[in-house]
Amino acid sequence: MSDITKQSLTELVENIKKKKLSSTDVTKAFIQRSEKSSELNTYITDDFTSALDKAKKFDQKPNLDLKLPGIPMAVKDLFCTKNVKTTAGSKILNNFVPTYESTVTENIWNEGAILLGKLNCDEFAMGSSNETSHFGNVQNPIDKNLVPGGSSGGSASAVAGQLTPITIGTDTGGSIRQPASFTGIVGLKPTYGSCSRYGIVAFASSLDQAGPMAQNVKDCALLQEVISTYDSKDSTSINFKRNHYSKELTKNIKGKKIGIPKEYRVDGMPKEIEDLWQKGIQYVKDCGAETIDISLPHTSYALPTYYIVAPAEASSNLARYDGVKYGYRAKGENLIDMYEKTRSEGFGAEVQRRIMIGTYVLSSGYYDAYYLKAQKVRKLIKNDFDEAYKKVDAILTPSTPSSAFKIGEKTNDPVSMYLNDIFTVPVNLAGLPGISIPAGHDTKGYPLGLQIIGKAFDEQNILNIAFAMEEKINFKNKITDWWIK
Amino acid sequence: MSIDLKTIKHISKLSRISVDEKRAEKLADDLNSIFEFIEKLNELKTDDVKPLTSIAETTLKFRSDEIKSKNIREQIIKNSPEDNEDYFVVPKVIE
Repeated sequence: MSDITKQSLTELVENIKKKKLSSTDVTKAFIQRSEKSSELNTYITDDFTSALDKAKKFDQKPNLDLKLPGIPMAVKDLFCTKNVKTTAGSKILNNFVPTYESTVTENIWNEGAILLGKLNCDEFAMGSSNETSHFGNVQNPIDKNLVPGGSSGGSASAVAGQLTPITIGTDTGGSIRQPASFTGIVGLKPTYGSCSRYGIVAFASSLDQAGPMAQNVKDCALLQEVISTYDSKDSTSINFKRNHYSKELTKNIKGKKIGIPKEYRVDGMPKEIEDLWQKGIQYVKDCGAETIDISLPHTSYALPTYYIVAPAEASSNLARYDGVKYGYRAKGENLIDMYEKTRSEGFGAEVQRRIMIGTYVLSSGYYDAYYLKAQKVRKLIKNDFDEAYKKVDAILTPSTPSSAFKIGEKTNDPVSMYLNDIFTVPVNLAGLPGISIPAGHDTKGYPLGLQIIGKAFDEQNILNIAFAMEEKINFKNKITDWWIK
Repeated sequence: MSIDLKTIKHISKLSRISVDEKRAEKLADDLNSIFEFIEKLNELKTDDVKPLTSIAETTLKFRSDEIKSKNIREQIIKNSPEDNEDYFVVPKVIE
């Protein structure tokens, strides 16, 4: 049985298609391993009984033409799943049962996959360590004391720990790529407008994107192919020609021009990150690509811009949680008192902090100084990338400025927590695709990731570069199953 | 610039989040350190820059206003903290 959970998505799909494995075999194996893994705290809600029923039903009349035939899969608890509780990691939604399905998960089930359960995340996806979740922190399968990153921490931990063959997360400022880097897996943040936001609990609407998290690049490409569709239910969904990402995947990246931005060499960056980056540069050269030094001059302004734009949008999106139509309600003396107590008791500290920042920067007298200013700087950041892409096809950077940190290490200092996303945030601000691939280990043996940033809608190109690099890197995740009971 | 307790109280009112004295002090500290970090943007001259208001350069599409979901009133009401048959219940608003 343990063999099954070690298989990649691609292997599982092949084995089910060749009838070497049934969906029931596979689903059972992941359920059993998930049940023994409660210490990681990856699941907020499991749907195991129903998953097994669905697997048996699939096996009775298997449709093997589907892309994910009978594959069990747990997803981040930010995706609305019809009739299955969806909490967004928050107390304020701890009893919310959606009456509809998100487009991205609908696409997945339509291709034959089966929901295993809902995975832990930072509250409303606001966090970089999964420590802001109302349902407790998640442990990193690499080491008991480490955070898995965030906000898709439960998703990253579940893939690295082999509790689900693959998963989807969401990425507003790095929430797929940073935890992927911290847990030694692959994570793709697609171009803004590539995957529908319909049915995803909203955080910052101009930045949020769903994306795949996987054991390897090929699996990641296959899931991206399934989730990326035009959707009229999302007004910012973009109708462009989508590739068959997994079929068109190639290791041939000869002649590709890859930019190395000097501004990503930040003060205080550990030497091992710099060394990893140099190794990455060598790998792409070995694959026949050419590297070119480039400049993205406004990089250091990305985080301050993000911490105006994202909270501003969040404060507006989260205004809907008022204790009336769904979710948690506190008792109050009158309507306003009820609202104020509901939101004070229902939201955690980080979410309250961001709502307040957002409210402040949008409030009368401060809008121009903060919000408008940030939108202007966001334009400059996007212009940087537009300029760079006149010369290069993709950009290579580290994914994070450090490896995974310890649980509790940064919870008292919001700014030091925010600095984690220094390399990922510019990509969201410019609406570009970015992929993090595991590329090595630091001296403590913790995984480190490299990020490849692409042009808008050029997911195929960065997947190809990642695919080529993956072979050269030959990364092996150090998972010891320490948590298995 | 520094955010004082009075400002915190004002933002808390606008945000509809009640905050007690102790939390207000902690929030003032946190917000001050975050805004200190944000002030970096003032290094940049942006008078002639057009703000980026939408990352996806598309025009919004119109669609006809049709009801597509079936009758799910009961399921929707079920999610409410307090209801009275077909209505959401809130504290008394009109005296």
